[in-house]
Amino acid sequence: MKFVTAILRPHKLDDIREALSEVGISGITVTEVKGFGRQKGHTEVYRGAEYQVDFLPKIKLELAIPASKLDVVIDTISNVANSGKVGDGKIFVTNLDKVIRIRTGETDLDAL
Amino acid sequence: MKKLLSLLALMPMVVFAEDLNGANTSWILTSTALVLLMTLPGLALFYGGLVRSKNILSILMQCFSIAGIVSILWLVAGYSIAFAPGNEYFGSLSKFMLAGVMEGSLSGDIPESLFVLFQMTFAIITPALIIGGFAERMKFSAVLLFSSIWLIVVYAPITHWVWGGGWLGEMGLLDFAGGTVVHITAGVAALVAAIVIGPRNGFPKKPMPPHNMTMTITGAAMLWIGWFGFNGGSALAANGDAAMAMLVTHISAAAGAITWMFYEWVKFGKPTALGAVTGLVAGLGTITPASGFVGPAGALVIGIVAGIVCFNAVILIKQKWKIDDSLDVFPVHGVGGITGTLIAAVFASDQLGIFSGQGLAEGMTIMSQLEVQAIGVIATFAYTAVATYIILKVVDMITGLRVSAEEEQQGLDIVSHEERGYDL
Repeated sequence: MKFVTAILRPHKLDDIREALSEVGISGITVTEVKGFGRQKGHTEVYRGAEYQVDFLPKIKLELAIPASKLDVVIDTISNVANSGKVGDGKIFVTNLDKVIRIRTGETDLDAL
Repeated sequence: MKKLLSLLALMPMVVFAEDLNGANTSWILTSTALVLLMTLPGLALFYGGLVRSKNILSILMQCFSIAGIVSILWLVAGYSIAFAPGNEYFGSLSKFMLAGVMEGSLSGDIPESLFVLFQMTFAIITPALIIGGFAERMKFSAVLLFSSIWLIVVYAPITHWVWGGGWLGEMGLLDFAGGTVVHITAGVAALVAAIVIGPRNGFPKKPMPPHNMTMTITGAAMLWIGWFGFNGGSALAANGDAAMAMLVTHISAAAGAITWMFYEWVKFGKPTALGAVTGLVAGLGTITPASGFVGPAGALVIGIVAGIVCFNAVILIKQKWKIDDSLDVFPVHGVGGITGTLIAAVFASDQLGIFSGQGLAEGMTIMSQLEVQAIGVIATFAYTAVATYIILKVVDMITGLRVSAEEEQQGLDIVSHEERGYDL
């Protein structure tokens, strides 16, 4: 089992959710986050005072999936999220030791 | 004009054997509510949105408590010092606790109780404007003490000088609705306070952007509407002067907003909402002293000048001089008030063709009027600056002015009030 964390542009969220549903992903967790990478921040100007805003709003997507689906998930996210510009985000993959569905007590693949 | 001016100056002091005028009374009743709306919640929201989210309640709280305290002080002595008969510089305490203000007392042809109340709303907004200068770092106890002493020592006497039969009014100073009395005093006091109390920690390197622009724009819109009562009501009558004051106020506001927006667009690349509403307030503050004297085309010029002058004043004072007048009270209200008081001498003239106003007093030329206006500006500026400085030093000895650096970091909402503005 794999745990996939993706940092993405906020406006891509709906497209990605749809694309993941199409490839059979049945659950994701989304968080609004802020951060910076190579894109750096942007400037804001208030009454002529320029401020450098270092942290940009992004969304963090988290999914737990069977290892067999890893490639298709990575492809799907990469395709939809890729605009070719700096700031598209990153995908992190880690191994997942255990999953438990709280309601039934099912574990691992049965719980995904 | 001369007649109108002397009438304005005398009205509050003399109980005419005149009958009450219902039309005038109803308009000033309405104006009073409009002017109070400017502070509560107009200014409170305008300022509130401009600070960081940890200080929102402190701003709202300061506006509300100043409204309460000033109302009581106005009852006790403020009105009397400003408007009771006295000498050229100071009223008297003959109307202490509003003695003699009865149901039937008249001020001109409106009830004196109404005149007291209308003027009270001006007395409320002036110290409330000042809090923008020391926002986000002053102790609440110091804010209250400072505002109270300031009202009695600065606001009430200067009101007497200009509107209460004092020396500036006698000299023929044109200040229809408070360019000197409200905007120069508030602007200068905010500037002095910002210098004495020092900048916020991290200024100017650390970004301190407004936390809620929607709130700021909502408040600015209320200021725009409330200003109809501020300037239109200052005619103290429901007549052509009031209507013209409203028209020129509106034109200057619109011109100030649009000028600032385009100026900023050209200079910084984007037209900002904050720029538009700041230009709006600059246009309103600048037309205030001139509003009962100028015509519509003059008002357009005044609004455009307000946008350009106040914009550059903000940049100069905050960016160049690095004075942390946090919400730009001096560059917008102080500089606007000064500009408007001076420019009133020009556009009040009836010799300017399409740009003519209602005419200068007999024997006055633009130059001689300008001289009077300059004396008014300098006197108001100097007295306010010196008195404000001394009051701050006194308050510093009694309560201290500033919260600790750690408390400032935490934010005044928790530190001063043990509450949070937002629980999201």
